[in-house]
Amino acid sequence: MICESCRNREATVHLTQVIDGNVKKLHLCEECADESGFDIQGPMSITDVLLGLGEDDASPDSDQGRDDVRKHCGICGLTLPQFRSKGRLGCPDCYASFEAEIIPLLDSMHHSTRHVGKVPAAAGRPESGSGEISALQSMLDEAVESENFEEAAVLRDKIAAIRATSESIGG
Amino acid sequence: MSASDQVLCLAGSAPSWLDSGIDDSVVVSSRIRLARNLAETPFPAMLDPERRFELWRNAAERLRAEGLLPQAIYLHMSDLGELEREIIFERHLISREQLEQGRGSGVIASGDESISLMVNEEDHFRLQCYAASLNIYSAWERLDAFDTAFARLFDCAFSDRFGYLSCCPSNLGTGLRSSVMLHLPALSLLDEIRPVVNGLSKIGLAVRGMWGEGSDVAGHMYQVSNQITLGKVEVEMVKQLGHIVRELSDHEKNARERLLERHTSLIRDYVGRARGVLGNAYILSSKEAFDLLSALRLGIEAGLLRDIGRRAVDELFVLIQPAHLQASAGAVLNSAERDELRATRVRDLMETEEEKNGNNDE
Repeated sequence: MICESCRNREATVHLTQVIDGNVKKLHLCEECADESGFDIQGPMSITDVLLGLGEDDASPDSDQGRDDVRKHCGICGLTLPQFRSKGRLGCPDCYASFEAEIIPLLDSMHHSTRHVGKVPAAAGRPESGSGEISALQSMLDEAVESENFEEAAVLRDKIAAIRATSESIGG
Repeated sequence: MSASDQVLCLAGSAPSWLDSGIDDSVVVSSRIRLARNLAETPFPAMLDPERRFELWRNAAERLRAEGLLPQAIYLHMSDLGELEREIIFERHLISREQLEQGRGSGVIASGDESISLMVNEEDHFRLQCYAASLNIYSAWERLDAFDTAFARLFDCAFSDRFGYLSCCPSNLGTGLRSSVMLHLPALSLLDEIRPVVNGLSKIGLAVRGMWGEGSDVAGHMYQVSNQITLGKVEVEMVKQLGHIVRELSDHEKNARERLLERHTSLIRDYVGRARGVLGNAYILSSKEAFDLLSALRLGIEAGLLRDIGRRAVDELFVLIQPAHLQASAGAVLNSAERDELRATRVRDLMETEEEKNGNNDE
């Protein structure tokens, strides 16, 4: 196969990515892949897609653009345009600094804007709910059905441990 | 032993976690990773070099003092040459992004490589646990325990609303990515893989090649992982992936049966030719080797080849990668030399397996 960029050398770098269910393929030779910087680490992440990278809708000349340039994180100094262009935040406080911009992004990315999972011990660990037991039980059933007894044993022990803890708290 | 000697030592065999777990003809391995960051500390890209290094040193020292990882190895990127970096990348201990990092970045791994901690990649810490076959819950349980112990040593950036704060919003919340490596030769051969991939991406799962983000599929190996990290409990995410993977695995098994029933000669020919080439070739590129090994693996699972063990084939998938080959040769090899050495390794293995298991091929 010939490189799609220089149409001269043999293509040895084959990139496949799936965006919104469409499979895209790109075949390049090593030289062209290196040159374009579009080597294996090249594909767009979901953040890039959602941030609409490559579309400069807020040019620095517009009012919106000027406001964006001024908006920055008070702790690390990252500006809103920097966040928009890289899709990466500068420090944990950026989430508070850019909350208004981040929330709609989270909604389209995760279909949620609120964490419900694990909490570090320092912040107080919530009790395991009955929801966790039912999730574990259904995993246990599947593991047994597919004769994966190693995984099943781990699940069984976990369920027993949660039940024992909740009983000792309740009793 | 220096860091680079430790890496070269690892390269002599496949990771030992690969050799545990039940026999699963479709699911090769399960992986869980958690993204964690220190509170009130800029993410690695915004840290000045001295603070980055300080963070690495502090992490390494505290883990060593607490002994959280058994027989741990500490690999600082700037102590490693190009070959050693490539080796730990091929073993999935570091990401492609980490490969390019220098001073202050590194990885700390348990001796069996099943649990590891990447330091100063995109996030301060990336915790990861590997298990063989479909042991995704076991991997989660182990990493959850490690994370809980880890959080006693390091104050993690966390908000009640957003959960664990990560450099990229796509990892926000749980910071959890669960992924499973599947061998799907029959679905691929029957050209039924595309609708499967499309279906998975519609329900929020990503499908990639063997080496994760951006890698192409070789040897019919597919990595399936969750994309959503926020708004669901970890166990629920793990359960969902496990459930889908089991369905996918059943699809593949069903496709294998159809192949054997309806295209018997075709499949025997496909497997037999692969065996012929692998046993006799003197030049093998990575891609060709992976594709032929995939055919061999299918033949073994379908009961067409009884004198070759699947574990040996799975190990080859690790050991014939470019950096592993060069480590075994003890020299830097160009692409042509690697292709020759790869063919030799494969021929040797075929011979050993045939001798070991007797020539009772039907």
